[in-house]
Amino acid sequence: MALTLDEVRRVAALARLKLSEEEERLFAEQLSAILDHVRELETLDVTGVPPMTHALAEGEAVALRPDALVPGLSPEEALGNAPAREGTCFKVPRIIE
Amino acid sequence: MTTANDAALTGLSLQAASLELQAGAISSRQLTEACLARIAATDGRVGAFLAVTGERALQQADRSDRRRAAGGALGPLDGVPLAVKDLFLTRGVPTTAGSRILEGFVPPYDATAVTRLEAAGAVLLGKLNLDEFAMGSSNEHSAYRPCRNPWDLTRTPGGSSGGSAAALSARQCFGTLGTDTGGSIRLPASFCGVVGLKPTYGRVSRYGVIAFASSLDQPGPLGRTTWDVAALLGAIAGPDPHDLTCAARPADDYLAALEGGARGLRIGVPREWFGGGLQPEVEARVREALTTYQRLGATLVEISLPHSRYGIAAYYLIATAEASANLARYDGVRFGLRAPGVRALQELYSESREQGFGAEPKRRIMLGTYALSAGYHDAYYLRAQKVRTLIRRDFDAAFGRCDVVAGPVAPGPAFKLGERTGDPLQMYLADIFTITCNLAALPGLSVPCGLARGLPVGLQLVGRPFDEATLLKAARALERELGPAPVPAALEAAP
Repeated sequence: MALTLDEVRRVAALARLKLSEEEERLFAEQLSAILDHVRELETLDVTGVPPMTHALAEGEAVALRPDALVPGLSPEEALGNAPAREGTCFKVPRIIE
Repeated sequence: MTTANDAALTGLSLQAASLELQAGAISSRQLTEACLARIAATDGRVGAFLAVTGERALQQADRSDRRRAAGGALGPLDGVPLAVKDLFLTRGVPTTAGSRILEGFVPPYDATAVTRLEAAGAVLLGKLNLDEFAMGSSNEHSAYRPCRNPWDLTRTPGGSSGGSAAALSARQCFGTLGTDTGGSIRLPASFCGVVGLKPTYGRVSRYGVIAFASSLDQPGPLGRTTWDVAALLGAIAGPDPHDLTCAARPADDYLAALEGGARGLRIGVPREWFGGGLQPEVEARVREALTTYQRLGATLVEISLPHSRYGIAAYYLIATAEASANLARYDGVRFGLRAPGVRALQELYSESREQGFGAEPKRRIMLGTYALSAGYHDAYYLRAQKVRTLIRRDFDAAFGRCDVVAGPVAPGPAFKLGERTGDPLQMYLADIFTITCNLAALPGLSVPCGLARGLPVGLQLVGRPFDEATLLKAARALERELGPAPVPAALEAAP
């Protein structure tokens, strides 16, 4: 199944990836090959089979903790890796013109 | 300068090092200094470490020595030098996930597994090399440096936890932590001749482990012996209120069960794992191991896992779909790389991600985004989840007739650096025998079972949910027969 360059660009936009023309061509080719491989799933009859939506078996999960206040990160810790900040906020380029 | 005495120390198993500490024959400082000297002497060639935290390690060692002198030693890990994959958050110590997008990131908290190792008194030597975001089977997708196999420096150590296996094989430390999403502990353990265990999904907390595919990721230990791995698992396993997908049941006493032997064990041998691309020398070592088990009183049962062949396809839809969601957080806003000179928000996201991610995360984000996008979700992701149910049912049926499933870890021994980087699908196929275990959320282990063309081969054992104790016991029975895994000679030759 060949993925077109337009489809690659559409998916890259959804994923917020800016690809070079070289990457677009490479991914079109490589993702087409991978999608060809995964198509073998279509040969299986999965009628009536429930999807496995949880990896942890039922009954193994931890009970929810009491809804009590517990200490979290301080604002300084939370902002410690911010590429840009102003006061106790993360700073980003203007959003609203 | 590595002395003969240092070499004797770094060659010990974790168990032997721990006994020496308990006997007062050596100090944690001596052990830690010997490991740091070994890292300094060998890691320029191996590349197992992304960061060595020597000063911090020596402080931890001194604290351990003082505890012991005061009669307050904590247990078998107290004072033992270990290291963790650079996917585990370490408070105050940079954590990169092997990616440029997290260069310089300093976590404000520790992963639960790290907290537990430190609470057990372990000394942490540093952060180990990996494929970027744990995506890869050769460690070649590390954005920082390649990691090489100590058995043959022209070959890969396997991935994604390549550094975690190579550091043990190179005698740089006594135990490590890795993570396994599709084989990332077992494959490098097999390639480097060490023991590696992927626990049952939910056995070890994922809190503070940078997420790749949340329904498949599982942290676990690697060591040079089964005892070492059992001790490490005992320290890190168990419920964690910070991770709601971590099971509520307490950890077992893995060391107590270790010497139980193989008599009476029913070993399932899936016919689907012995065909196709399996190399004859690897098959020979695996068959020999099975014969050894028979001699030890185990029974071999032929079983079928008919949906195994769909594992890779289901995996690369589920893992990439989850990865595309998990990696959405790297957007240049709160932490990590921010592209400079950008004036609009959308451009900030896409430029930062373009500059920060390497080719493999981009490829997987693209595939996962495609598989989840409107019109394709049911055909790809939902169908893959149904196939996941079928794969799990295969194992459930098999475990009615056997106690463990045994087979190869990988079709061949370690491959050459550069051999598969141009063909992602070929790289993915290295995980063909390990991936179903993750999809079925079961525990799996790799234990050395000999050499093929001078390179280590691992036997894979897969167990019932939360039955790591039986896996370790079975692996121990084989290890006792085969003797200690040989030491790779490549590193001892002149550089």
